[in-house]
Amino acid sequence: MAARGGVGVEADVAALRAQFAAGRTRGAEWRAAQLRGLLRMAAEAEAEVCRALHADLAKPYTESYVHEIALVKSSCRFALKNLKKWMKPQKVSASLMTFPSTAMVTAEPLGVVLVISAWNYPFSIAAGNAVVLKPSEVAPATSSLLAELLPQYVDSTCIKVVEGGVAETTALLEQKWDKIFYTGNGKIGRIVMASAAKHLTPVVLELGGKCPVVVDSNVDLHVTAKRIAAGKWGCNNGQACISPDFIITTKSFAPKLLEALGKVLEKFYGDEPLRSSDLSRIVNSNHFNRLKKLMDDENVSDKIVFGGQRDEHQLKIAPTIFMDVPLDSGIMKEEIFGPLLPIITVDKIHESFALINSMTKPLAAYLFTKDSKLQEQYEAGISAGGMLVNDTVVHLTNQYLPFGGVGESGIGAYHGSFSFEAFSHKKAVLVRGFAGEAAARYPPYSTAKLKILRGVLKGNLGSMIQAILGFPRGK
Amino acid sequence: MAPAMVGTVEEKPKPLPLAIGIGGMVSGLREVYESGRTKELEWRQSQLKGLIRLLTDKEEEIFAVLHEDLGKNRGETFRDELGILVKSIKYTLQNLKKWMAPEKAESPLVAFPATAMVVPEPLGVVLIFSCWNLPLGLALEPLSGAIAAGNAVVLKPSELAPSTAAFLAANIPKYLDSRAVKVVLGGPIVGEELMEHRWDKVLFTGSERIGRIIMTKAAKTLSPVALELGSKCPCIVDWLDSKRDRQIAVNRIIGAKWSTCAGQACIAIDHIICEERFAPILIELLKSTLKRFMSKPGGMARILNEKHFERLSGYLDDNNVAASVVHGGDIDPKTLKIEPTILLNPPVDSDVMTEEIFGPILPIITVKKTEDCITYLKSKPKPLAIYAFTNNERLKRRIVEETSSGSVTFNDAVVQYALESIPFGGVGHSGFGQYHGKYSFELFSNKKAVFKRSFLIEFMFRYPPWDDSKIGTLRYVFSYNYILLFFNLLGLRR
Repeated sequence: MAARGGVGVEADVAALRAQFAAGRTRGAEWRAAQLRGLLRMAAEAEAEVCRALHADLAKPYTESYVHEIALVKSSCRFALKNLKKWMKPQKVSASLMTFPSTAMVTAEPLGVVLVISAWNYPFSIAAGNAVVLKPSEVAPATSSLLAELLPQYVDSTCIKVVEGGVAETTALLEQKWDKIFYTGNGKIGRIVMASAAKHLTPVVLELGGKCPVVVDSNVDLHVTAKRIAAGKWGCNNGQACISPDFIITTKSFAPKLLEALGKVLEKFYGDEPLRSSDLSRIVNSNHFNRLKKLMDDENVSDKIVFGGQRDEHQLKIAPTIFMDVPLDSGIMKEEIFGPLLPIITVDKIHESFALINSMTKPLAAYLFTKDSKLQEQYEAGISAGGMLVNDTVVHLTNQYLPFGGVGESGIGAYHGSFSFEAFSHKKAVLVRGFAGEAAARYPPYSTAKLKILRGVLKGNLGSMIQAILGFPRGK
Repeated sequence: MAPAMVGTVEEKPKPLPLAIGIGGMVSGLREVYESGRTKELEWRQSQLKGLIRLLTDKEEEIFAVLHEDLGKNRGETFRDELGILVKSIKYTLQNLKKWMAPEKAESPLVAFPATAMVVPEPLGVVLIFSCWNLPLGLALEPLSGAIAAGNAVVLKPSELAPSTAAFLAANIPKYLDSRAVKVVLGGPIVGEELMEHRWDKVLFTGSERIGRIIMTKAAKTLSPVALELGSKCPCIVDWLDSKRDRQIAVNRIIGAKWSTCAGQACIAIDHIICEERFAPILIELLKSTLKRFMSKPGGMARILNEKHFERLSGYLDDNNVAASVVHGGDIDPKTLKIEPTILLNPPVDSDVMTEEIFGPILPIITVKKTEDCITYLKSKPKPLAIYAFTNNERLKRRIVEETSSGSVTFNDAVVQYALESIPFGGVGHSGFGQYHGKYSFELFSNKKAVFKRSFLIEFMFRYPPWDDSKIGTLRYVFSYNYILLFFNLLGLRR
């Protein structure tokens, strides 16, 4: 069912355009039917999806359920619940200037959209678009499962899966789309945006960054350690855009934090973590080698204070913690995207701000503290896509919060109603009647007319009345 | 920190000093932004008030430069640029505090206790390119939005309206904080050099061709862009029974074509579509009303420059197009004036019907029935605005539901630009990104999600090692099935 190659892609897009032009995707019934189909798919194919994710990533069943299945299901339910409300035009106040008139803003679908590697595709459908999904080729079993399953549950004349690697993605990017959603890294993000520029296609880019975790000493230590560990190693073993990347804490608190993390890790994964079925593996040998290189850097390898075990054959790396690696080492310059966790220590916790601000803006910034003043300062002083206090990652599950990056971590936001908006065009509609004609608007211009126009634009009621009554007369 | 760069308008390539000058300016602005200066409410308010003072103190000079650049008369300048700007900036000042306030968001019960908020913050250092046809409005409207959102700003006005550009370069530093708001003069070379840098947002108003170049360059630095581009804005005129309605429609059509920078505006009416039987009535009424409106000289702005004059008169050179002239057609290369010209059914593949006209030539295309226009509209690229003069509710509904455009206005044209409550911007080939009113503030902001949890209430089922019972509990959590979750947590299961 999945198309491959350039010619196939062009024909696919043309077919989708025809369906969209025919109005097939616009009605609420069609959109709701697709969302219900996706819900059914998530429920019925749960076991298969989890098996595929296990094949691709050795992802524990629960993680798959929580991150993939449950997220898709709750997105679909949220969209279904709110669909009618989102589709309804919003009346807005018109101005006395254009009296009498009514104004509204109505959301309309953009057309045919391309979604690369993102799990938020249910919203593109909720917004009434025709969609091409290009799942990540880095997880091949999951990609082919999606290609096989999706047509069985949704209208495959309007929703298609295209599989493949660089060649197929390039072919897709050459087509004209009404919007492109891309999740991935900054290098490809730039290529996506440059291709989109040829057709003036707007883009949403969800990219990466180094998500910092600032840990104050005024915290519940055990809960903090658990939440950091769950966010780091409980999410694809650190291979997620919002995984905590590194920790900043005070010199005095670091040993306590390290001890707490160690205890928690042992509880989660046992004393032989490479053998735990609850730990995902590294997705492929490219990334395994990249991470190995970061760990083996001569300025970094002697800073390992926990873990460090790895198994090349299984592509597994155990949770590994480093203490005070040099700030210019590879592990501190690029997004880690793996189970390595550097702890950087500072004298006073406020010094963490300058360090974070010296890096590019992250997708998420985390802070653990009970001190509300520190929370306020963090919120005002750090720019990020999202900020989470006293927990990690879970803000992703709140459908009411926009999720997206800023700066190098991305462009555009989505989730819940923000997704619906991201996939829609907000069309302004102004309705006037033939009453209320103002001669002052038209040439030939005169001082008298200018006077009235001034008044009208200032909101002067007297001027407006004059204008509406057709002053100055006889012109 | 480099002072505002004032380059010459006639460009000679000077790459190295230019690059250094602009590079210095950009890094200087970043420092100013990082100092937190532009984030303060008081700073933003003082800048907006400064803009209003600039517009009121310098009113006479503004009338003069706009007349120099475009031959605009005072009425048009006030109506389309000055007056609207003051109104809009006042609106922004009134609402600024409200817009800056964090918005509370719901959070699910399972996250209790937690607070969720969306906090708007400035993007940082932004760049605005404005176009020559509304040289004041298209520069200062986005500038006011960028400032309201707390950013440091670089404004690059179009070199094709040099008097206005020079006016802005001279006066912005006097009325605004010149350390955080800069005006850079110059042409394409300066524009290209500016785009070598990373911006937290770029707003470009202009042609599709340059829009593509800007976005391609922005991709290299991942600078988010908003593009306000042109299009052929169609105006459908339905059969109107009442004489009064007809006159009003014609007044408004003339206002939206010839009285708006002589048709050189992205939201000007490009062409008309009407029923065959209505065309003669419409043409007669247009002719007589034009005579009245344009009775005094200076009623219409002039064509920008020779290049555009030649482009426009070139449309009329095509024999088939010349044959379709039913009014006007006179041109004067010395004064760059083209009189209001109406065409009836020029060939659909002629340049005047395929390119954005951006001038005082108005083609009228006839159809058998007004509703036939829907098919026509759907076959064309999405315009910035669709206009329709009609009392037919069904037609209105069909236009809104079956066509796509930046906006739709019924029974008037161009006035949508003046309403702060509706978004202004294109879709498809007419661009993306919207502004005006609150939309300007949002265009230049980052909406940061902030989620705060407490250490109280810890759910063990969140953590490995995993087992089936934990998964069972999580199912309830994710479906927000609080009752079953409650029983589950108590150890009572179905």
